[in-house]
Amino acid sequence: MILNEWVFVGLFFLLGPVLLVVPIALSKWLAPKRPTPIKQDAYECGAEPVGLAWKQFRAEYYIFALVFLVFDVELVFMFPWALAYNKLGLFALFEMVIFVLLLVVALVYTWRKGALEWS
Amino acid sequence: MTGFLQDIGLSYELAVLVAKALGVAVVGAFGLLWTLLGIWIERKVAARFQDRVGPNRVGPFGLLQSIADAVKIILKEDIMNRHVDRWPYNLAPILSTLSVMLIWAVIPFTAAWVGADLNVGVLYLVAVGSLGTVAVIMAGWSSNNKYALISAFRAVAQLISYEVPMVISLLVPVMLAGSLSVQAIVKSQHIAYLFAVPMTVLIFLISGQAENGRGPFDLLEAESEIVAGFHIEYSGMKFGMFYVGEFLHAFTLSVLTALLFLGGWQGPLAEKIIPLGFVYLLLKSVFVYFVLIWVRMTLPRVRIDHLLNFNWKFLVPLSLINLLVVAFLWKLMPDTDQINSFADALGPTLVLFLANVVMFAGVAWWLREWARRDREHIEARRAVVAEPAEATAAAGD
Repeated sequence: MILNEWVFVGLFFLLGPVLLVVPIALSKWLAPKRPTPIKQDAYECGAEPVGLAWKQFRAEYYIFALVFLVFDVELVFMFPWALAYNKLGLFALFEMVIFVLLLVVALVYTWRKGALEWS
Repeated sequence: MTGFLQDIGLSYELAVLVAKALGVAVVGAFGLLWTLLGIWIERKVAARFQDRVGPNRVGPFGLLQSIADAVKIILKEDIMNRHVDRWPYNLAPILSTLSVMLIWAVIPFTAAWVGADLNVGVLYLVAVGSLGTVAVIMAGWSSNNKYALISAFRAVAQLISYEVPMVISLLVPVMLAGSLSVQAIVKSQHIAYLFAVPMTVLIFLISGQAENGRGPFDLLEAESEIVAGFHIEYSGMKFGMFYVGEFLHAFTLSVLTALLFLGGWQGPLAEKIIPLGFVYLLLKSVFVYFVLIWVRMTLPRVRIDHLLNFNWKFLVPLSLINLLVVAFLWKLMPDTDQINSFADALGPTLVLFLANVVMFAGVAWWLREWARRDREHIEARRAVVAEPAEATAAAGD
């Protein structure tokens, strides 16, 4: 029975893209195609683009992605806890408080380190 | 359905497969077609907020406007930057819409109509939903355009950050229902969870809106700063795909809110007359959708550092506190694992509601204090800046 449910999801993964590719293919077949060199430039509000965009960029954003990773991994552990919570004793609550405290320590650390500031 | 297919000579396995494939086509096509109506609703409501009429030429009340737009966009030329990275560039619009469409696989439309009642439903929709972020990054990077690249970097910061409070707030209905299956969560709501945990709903809606990249959080597209963000280099149907994906995402968020917090298809007689549940679900979803448009049309865009501060220094700690408070009270109350009727649910709902009122009051007080300190801080700085100027003026005399 459970496998049966996953068949539906599997079919969705297979047929879903087809539903989306059809209009794009239709457009490719129906739409006009008259490329010119100016049309094919990068669009920067009419100014001629200087160089390509694939350059080095400031790393502020990257730090947030790292902080996210810490939280996301911990969240994976919280799902089974929430699922079984009704069946667990008071002990489960204290376990989670300690677990969340560890998370908060990580958050406070990054906060104090200034990683959350936008410089 | 399966019986009919077996009658025309298919084996049982094949009949099940064909029936499921038809189900996929129906659900997927419904999602895409509903978007056309959703766009019309959004444009009409947005127009009202701005004291305009909105689309009113094509068909009655402009109802066919979206169809006309769809036809137009298919006939548009697909202009492509010659420097793009082709594979990710072409896959991104499909993945963007697909990530939202796949969520519809686990949505229970009524007591009986559900595509796949997965026992890990909530986990599935978190997993599938976050594929959209990858699509945005793919589009921004492969476009080889500076604006698109800035947008992709913002996507990394914003979409990824706001996923944390969203997932934490999703834990609350899972905990209350004791199940990850969306259908089971709907069935466990003898009283809609909105009344028990309003704080969670608020956190879910705010972070969901940010995940969607609209409303006050539309930094990804910010027309006035980075033109259109990650889809600047897209035109024709590929742009249309992003557009459909965004609207479908907004509506899917409303449907999820309706399912997880507003009781989904539940309503008077919904168990007996099955299609009625579908009507209830749509009504609740459209209501949430209206609230989302309301927020979007009312608030101005926030700055990126404010956006990230708001998330990491306010929303994430708040959602953790909220989770622990709900968990603590839930454990204090007896027999919370045997709630089978309205009467059973009444007590716990009241207790949780009161706790939420206290939490709301605490948050309001804290925000006021914070705003006051911030104001004092700014005024103190202003005084420091003003003084030397006066001193110079005095020396000049």
